[in-house]
Parts: sequence; C-alpha cells; structure tokens
Amino acid sequence: MAEGDQKSAKKKHGSRNPVLVRGIGRYSRSAMYAQAMCTLHWLVKLKVKPKATVVKTVGGDKNGGTRVVKLRKMPRYYPTEDVPRKLKSHGKKPFSQHKRKLRATITQGTVLILLTGRHRGKRVVFLKQLSSGLLLVTGPLALNRVPLRRAHQKFVIATNTKIDISGMKIPKTLNDAYFKKKKLRRPRHQEGEIFDTEKEKYQLTEQRKEDQKAVDSQLLPLIKKVPQMKGYLRSSFCLSNGVYPHKLVF
Amino acid sequence: MVFKRFVEIGRVAYVSFGPHAGKLVAIVDVIDQNRALVDGPCTGVKRQSMPFKCMQLTDYVIKVPHSARQKFVRRAWEKAGVSDKWSQSSWAKKIEARQKRAKMSDFDRYKVMKAKRMRNKIIKHEVKKLQKEAAKK
Repeated sequence: MAEGDQKSAKKKHGSRNPVLVRGIGRYSRSAMYAQAMCTLHWLVKLKVKPKATVVKTVGGDKNGGTRVVKLRKMPRYYPTEDVPRKLKSHGKKPFSQHKRKLRATITQGTVLILLTGRHRGKRVVFLKQLSSGLLLVTGPLALNRVPLRRAHQKFVIATNTKIDISGMKIPKTLNDAYFKKKKLRRPRHQEGEIFDTEKEKYQLTEQRKEDQKAVDSQLLPLIKKVPQMKGYLRSSFCLSNGVYPHKLVF
Repeated sequence: MVFKRFVEIGRVAYVSFGPHAGKLVAIVDVIDQNRALVDGPCTGVKRQSMPFKCMQLTDYVIKVPHSARQKFVRRAWEKAGVSDKWSQSSWAKKIEARQKRAKMSDFDRYKVMKAKRMRNKIIKHEVKKLQKEAAKK
C-alpha cells in the first residue's frame, strides 16, 4: 500500500495531450479516452484507490472536534440551460491571491523617494517586494533614521540611481507578518474609556534592532563605494522655485 | 547695420523645430517668399524645401553656387569646417548645456548642488580676504 501511495503522490499530472498549435492537441478525443482507460486499468492493477474523503478539525465547543469532508463533491449544477450560471464570486480572488505588480523602474537597490508618512521626502534604498505587494525599504538607519520599513509602491518616486546590492542577503524572517501592526484589543463591553487602547505607541524590540544591524552592515559598505551616495541618502528631496515635477527626470 | 545675418545662398541655418529640429542646414536656393531649398549633407538632412520660419540663421556662410548638387554642398561644408566651428560656438554650447540640465537625474542634481555650494564658498572666502585687505588700508 505504501508503494501505491507513492505512485499516486507522483501522479499529479497536467494534460497528457501536448499542444501542436493553439486549440489543436496531438491526440484525438478517442485516443485520449483510450489513454485514460489504460491508466485507469494500470492503477486498478496497482490497487491504488484515490482518497475520497479527508478529516478536518473544527473549532468551537460541543461540536465534535472533526468533520469528514468529501474531496470530490457532487456537482453544483446539472446542465438544463444552455449556459451554466457562474457564481457571483466568480473570478473574484481574495487579497492574498491577487497578482502583485512592480513598476519596471523599481529594481533591487533602487533609491526611492518616500512621499507620504513621517519619512516624507527622504531618500531610501529599496530591498525587495513583499508578498503583500508592499516594498521593503531601509534608510539605512544610520544615514537618515529610516528603519527597515514597508512602503507603498504608489506613494514612492523611483529614481534612476541604483546601488548594486546583488551580493546582499536579506533575512528570510522579514515578511508581512513581521511588520504587521499588532492589535491589542480585548474590549470587554463598557469598560470605562472605550477609546483608550493600551498599546498606541510603537515599542522597539531587540529583534528589530538586530535585523536592522544585519541588513545595514551589509548595505553601508556598498553605499560607501559610490562617491557622494552617503550624502545623497542623508539629504531629503524638496521642490523650489522653478522646479516642476513633470519636467524633472528622476 | 540693423541686420547682420541675411538669407543668401550658402547661409548655414539652425533648424529650431520640426522633424529636423536641432540640426544645421545650408540654404541652397530660395523657392518663394516662405520656403527655401535646403540641404544638410554633413548633418543628416536630406535635400528638401523648408519654411524660413523654422530656420534660425547662423554666422556661417559656405561658398556654393545656387542649386548646387549635394556633393558640392558637402565639399564646401567640409572645406569651411562648419560643423567644427558650430560645436565650438557658444550658441551650440548653450544648447548642449540646456540638454544636459534637462537630462539630470535626482542624484546628479544633488551633486551639482554640492559642487555649486563648494565653489561659492571658495569664491566668498577669497572675496572676504580681499575686502579685509582693502579695509585695512
């Protein structure tokens, strides 16, 4: 049985019908059917039975902790009309599955100008794009007091200036969950001051300091190699008379 | 004299707008009140008619008979060394400086700012020195 399981685990196959031209496959319907029957017989010989159900745990009290869930469900729709109706949620994906885009001008090591937030106007180094689409960015801290932080692509100007950070290793622990704001709200109804949340101020943790040091210690020597880059990152961007953003080349 | 540069056969003109903007051409013939037959063999402008409006006359004239063939325009152009003289003129240098300034990136602007600041500091320092000496006397 273990051998059979191994075989079934390997058998996650795509289409066995190679495409010759878009819309035309190598094998006809009948040939594909014959192929399918052969594999079915072969699997039956190996006595591999595909799993039909799965047991999942369920929360809540007095619920009987598990449910048996069918893997291949009965069809939701039997065709009596010409066109099967689509669910209202058809094609609408949750945020975690959205496609992330990144502007072509933003690459590893690009110097960005932050436009919003408490660090507006500061020039900052781009490290990588996180899975939520936000950009991981660092000052470095020693130059302009911008720590490892997330920035939104839309609220950033990408300059032409790039620092070669191909040799840099960014710790894998820096992801969206690491940077997400912690919510400490356990409001018991009608508890005195409703608008008084305990943790409004951001607390620096030792882990943040360590990660900052790890990243900056790799980044600072690379910055020092480029003449005047250090001063450039320390300065902030501003507009003055006769300077029009639509005419500037960044 | 009121006017110093005239439209004449062989006058080199700078094209200010249109498809050949930024190039030099030589006036080879006059077609009518508004157009000239123009040729720029050494600057990549094919022989064609061009309105006077888009031409700005330069100081250079090449010796060429009217309606001369492109071969002879090229010969006269190279003999007079127009392209070299043009690139050394302050007009051309100003154009180049304007183009460079427009292409500056944010980092370049920062470097220019720092360089200007340093230069002005040195100048002010020297001026102060001279002022002090003048005040002493």
